[in-house]
Amino acid sequence: MTSPRLFTSAALVGSVVAMLSAPAAFADVKLNGSGASFPAPIYAKWFKDFSKETKGIRVDYQSKGSGAGIQDLINGVVDFAGSDAAMNDEEIAKVEQGVVLLPMTAGEVVIAYNLEGVDELRLPRDVYPAIFGGTITRWNDPKIVAANPGVELPDEAITVVVRSDSSGTSYVFTGHLSAVSEEFKNTVGKAKAPNWPSSDKIIKAPKNDGVTAQIKQIPGSIGYIEYGFAKLTGQPTALLENQQGKFIAPGPEGGAATLASIRFPDATLPVSGAPDLRAWAWDPEGADDYPIVSMTWLLLYHDQDDDKAEALHKLVNYLTSDEAQGQADGLGYIPLPAAVTEKVQAALSFVK
Amino acid sequence: MAINPFANSGNSGSITRPPSSAERATDSIFRAVAYVCALLIIVLVAFILWEIGKKAVPAMADHGLGFWVGTTWDTNNGVFGVLPEIWGTLYSSLLALLVGGVFGIAIAIFLTQDFIHDRVASTFRTIVELLAAIPSVVYGLWGIYVLIPMIRPGAEWLHAHFSWFPLFGSDLSGPGMAPAALVLAIMILPTVAAISVDAFRRIPYKVKEAAYGMGTTKWEAILKVMLPTASSGILAALVLGFGRALGETMALAMLIGNSNQISLSLFAPANTLASLLASNFPEAGPIEVQALMYAALVLLLITFAVNIIGLGIQQYTMRKFEGKA
Repeated sequence: MTSPRLFTSAALVGSVVAMLSAPAAFADVKLNGSGASFPAPIYAKWFKDFSKETKGIRVDYQSKGSGAGIQDLINGVVDFAGSDAAMNDEEIAKVEQGVVLLPMTAGEVVIAYNLEGVDELRLPRDVYPAIFGGTITRWNDPKIVAANPGVELPDEAITVVVRSDSSGTSYVFTGHLSAVSEEFKNTVGKAKAPNWPSSDKIIKAPKNDGVTAQIKQIPGSIGYIEYGFAKLTGQPTALLENQQGKFIAPGPEGGAATLASIRFPDATLPVSGAPDLRAWAWDPEGADDYPIVSMTWLLLYHDQDDDKAEALHKLVNYLTSDEAQGQADGLGYIPLPAAVTEKVQAALSFVK
Repeated sequence: MAINPFANSGNSGSITRPPSSAERATDSIFRAVAYVCALLIIVLVAFILWEIGKKAVPAMADHGLGFWVGTTWDTNNGVFGVLPEIWGTLYSSLLALLVGGVFGIAIAIFLTQDFIHDRVASTFRTIVELLAAIPSVVYGLWGIYVLIPMIRPGAEWLHAHFSWFPLFGSDLSGPGMAPAALVLAIMILPTVAAISVDAFRRIPYKVKEAAYGMGTTKWEAILKVMLPTASSGILAALVLGFGRALGETMALAMLIGNSNQISLSLFAPANTLASLLASNFPEAGPIEVQALMYAALVLLLITFAVNIIGLGIQQYTMRKFEGKA
């Protein structure tokens, strides 16, 4: 009785092995990803270039939001995901086979404004959290006037434009504001969908482009968007005061300075054992640091099919190469410093 | 043997004959298909209700009826309430119905009551109906880039001089109730106009002849005879237009300002249920999804209620003005 069954199971194992190994040799490997919309433009460019250069691997990325990407990864319907907020410990615990989180590129959140005749606007640390917290409501507020000598500020109400959808951009922005202002932390707080105060002067618009369009159209408005969008549309952006009291304009220099000062925790992720590369600079300390900078992560499984793991290795190695990182600035992102890309490549060995 | 009344009809030279078996079969197949299709529509509505309701059950248990009257939507603390959204949905739709309804019915009268040549009228009608083909997001962009700058001077003047009047209680910063309602009015215009035109066309010509025969002027005929006679059709047009306004999403998400507050002011930002759903769904966590499902259910119920009330009014006017049961 036992021998035929043994025979069938052996045959079964044999055919399964054949099925698994065959695609690696012949067919295309297709990597499916979904998640954060903030890095979607640069991912689209990178994945296209990578697929062109690498025979037999195709990468697709659906930009549907960090939260949705994390959900997809937990549900196992994608091969990788993108997230502006990495993953929290709770979410990591939901992925049985373990995850590896790798920063890929970084961005700045800028404060864009629409004030006729004002080309340079300086916003001190006690002012911009108060504007978004709804306590400073007029452009000629003495605190703004004091920081901008020689600038004609109108006697107008400030219209604040924020995101109506849940977003990694809001998370990074409110995270910084909460680190700077205790009052902001207690009234609004750090969140992907913060509970903004209700007022006629606080308007919500969907997505980065929605906020940008509203700022462009409303005289006397102010709002936060990704640096890339401000660069693309030429909307003026405010200089922000950093922890050392210097006013820094958004741009690659200030962003690179901040990234260089980010310290990674000395810890490993559960199950996969990969180094924990989740780190933020909520309130960077360097004198030349632009205050609101955040990285965006690629979320990978610790354990998967060999051919997919191999393809992911190739992909990440390409994304961290000088060639790919060199394109970041042109697209409105900040290239990762060499110290970080080395760490990413080291952590890649935990993707199996 | 039973008497077959058709037995001789085949060879009597008459063109009448009993239906062939093929015709019988087509007939019954068609009937079956029609029944199945009709049934499927009902099943589909029930299925949508069931699916949304099922997913909303945990939120219903958590928030209960407080959900209907709560005014905060705070994902982080799990506090959900949709009163501002219900208010915004109804207020914006009513305003849109007011503007779109008046213009839609006026267009229908203009096109059907011999004001212009028939051929010009049909061109006109096609153009109005083309409005329905413009995608919602295009309306939204048009609102942001064209409509808001256009109404801004007027809104500022109204606020400066009549700020004591609740409708003009705040100044227009950009997106708000007025631009949203105006765009919504344009969006429901083709629906209201097209169905009203049909309602006027359905009136038998002799009704108009009779009116003129009794010595009415043109406007008396239109206002006192034609309009009441077409009223049930026009009401159907308004109900459909209102339903469309309630569910409109993208243009409103771009134009209404998505601010959770209740204000009578035309220039204050507000929010609607559909806009709330569209903005929050993509990144919602499991708890918020339940609350959003509950909000979707609220929107469905409001839409159903509006349709049923509309149907009731329509039946009433039909009895009153057209003498039909």
